[in-house]
Amino acid sequence: MNSKLENIKKIKVSKPLKLDCGKTINNFPLAYETYGKLNANKDNAILVFHALTGDQFVTGTNPVTNKEGWWSTAVGPNKAIDTNKYFVICANVIGGCMGSLGPKNINPESKQPYGLDFPVITIRDIVRAQESLLEHLGIKKLLCATGGSMGGMQLLQFCSTFPDKTFSAIPIACSVSHSAQNIALNELARQAIMADPVWDKGKYFLKNVQPKNGLAVARMVGHISYLSEKGMQEKFGRKLQEKADYEFSFNADFQVESYLRHQGYTFVERFDANSILYITRAMDYFDLTKQFKGGLIEAFRNQKTKFLVISFSSDWLYTTKENKDIVIALNASGADVSYSEIVTDKGHDSFLVNEPEFLKTLRGFIDSMYEKFKNEKRI
Amino acid sequence: MKKEFKVIAELIPKNTRVLDVGCGDGSLMNLLVKEKNIEVRGLELNTENVQKCIHKGLPVIQGNAETELHQFPNQSFDYVVLSQTLQAFYDPNKVIKELLRIGKSVIVSIPNFGYWKVRTKLLFFGKMPVTKTLPNTWYNTPNLHMCTIKDLFNFCDEKKIVIKKAIGINENNTSLINKNNLEIRNLFSKLGIFLIG
Repeated sequence: MNSKLENIKKIKVSKPLKLDCGKTINNFPLAYETYGKLNANKDNAILVFHALTGDQFVTGTNPVTNKEGWWSTAVGPNKAIDTNKYFVICANVIGGCMGSLGPKNINPESKQPYGLDFPVITIRDIVRAQESLLEHLGIKKLLCATGGSMGGMQLLQFCSTFPDKTFSAIPIACSVSHSAQNIALNELARQAIMADPVWDKGKYFLKNVQPKNGLAVARMVGHISYLSEKGMQEKFGRKLQEKADYEFSFNADFQVESYLRHQGYTFVERFDANSILYITRAMDYFDLTKQFKGGLIEAFRNQKTKFLVISFSSDWLYTTKENKDIVIALNASGADVSYSEIVTDKGHDSFLVNEPEFLKTLRGFIDSMYEKFKNEKRI
Repeated sequence: MKKEFKVIAELIPKNTRVLDVGCGDGSLMNLLVKEKNIEVRGLELNTENVQKCIHKGLPVIQGNAETELHQFPNQSFDYVVLSQTLQAFYDPNKVIKELLRIGKSVIVSIPNFGYWKVRTKLLFFGKMPVTKTLPNTWYNTPNLHMCTIKDLFNFCDEKKIVIKKAIGINENNTSLINKNNLEIRNLFSKLGIFLIG
């Protein structure tokens, strides 16, 4: 895996970045991937922000895991975000483990991996770290920026911090701050990792191991929260896993158990436990309202960006109500905002799976924005 | 293009901000953007219509006008348009109040239940009228509070809402409505369009 990591695209961010925690990072790596071609007018660039366990490999085959990119349903040739037409960019978040600076990188001071010496980062830090990438690619203004879940949070922060860097924006299934329930679920994931003795206060890298059991449980928690009660019932119900009757044991008798175990144990192959701690913390700390002293309207003041907010009816992690709060704030600040609620049983995961109504909406918005952006540039 | 939309568009000056409540597939918004450089926003409940607006690049918020108008700040639009949906609300009085809070002016259009063909259907056939502007039967109509041009006129009077202009439409003919010709316009107009505020 490490040799593959060396071949992925990276820039060295030389501009010092003062983090929200007070510490400064500089000369740090930022890994990214692009799809499609940037046209001569440089008006077809779309920036994608990935979610908690995502990475820069949006579509095609992920060269590290050899699996399909996490948003292959929406991004690719002739897909809703058509890479024949658009230039799609995605960066690995700092704190992550797919090439950007994260807790498994070497700390120049100790000459050992950071582990828990890695500074606690925020969504704002993650977003600021990506500014240099746009400079590096020579893009002054994006056609569109989008992201679901934590990707949506990054997007809202991006639009607030850099109000003129994108022509349009599509926040999907996200919120302006984590609810108590979201923080609780993230805490459950963190506690699962920290309860694994292999974790060893984050120093597992010294023995070249991963706290696999804890990390797998953390992933299982996530997977439950990404599905809806109805969707889960329809998919699994009480069906047994390749057996006629109960085994009277604690093996995975039920299909749903088998599914969770599979998700958990394939995840540990590609993700770093400390990264989960850091990124979930960044999500919990995210509070756009707090940044603007309670006035969310201020966060979107003077926005020229055209927004489309999308929520899913069965998403209980980032509910329709939370997404509507974004719309209300955008409205109140006079921003150009559209909103659509997609009716589906597929829960929070809806944006990652084949959900035709969602994909149709995504395509329609991006294509119409492209026409508008081209006209604006011409004038 | 529907005559109604042309009349509504004529009522709105160029370069203003307009909220179209129940904007449908965005036909009126499109007209306002293209011909008058108006900054539009739409509110629409139906998913298919919402998608049509999005595909046309028109800003639209999916939501229910009955319960979700509170999200728009006071006096945040120059005009708020409500085309042929007032009669479908549970509480039209409350909706009109909300529209007047959001818009400096409000344009409301209604299918006129006082139109002579509607009256004769009920009078001679003893059946709930089904016409071009009222195409549903009694059991599947979304219209809960049918009213006439005269009713809306009197409503504004009673609630002390200023009627800046009232227009009756019959096919391609339009005529101004005032207190003096109210009875006759109420009889011969299929639609009524009120500019209030």
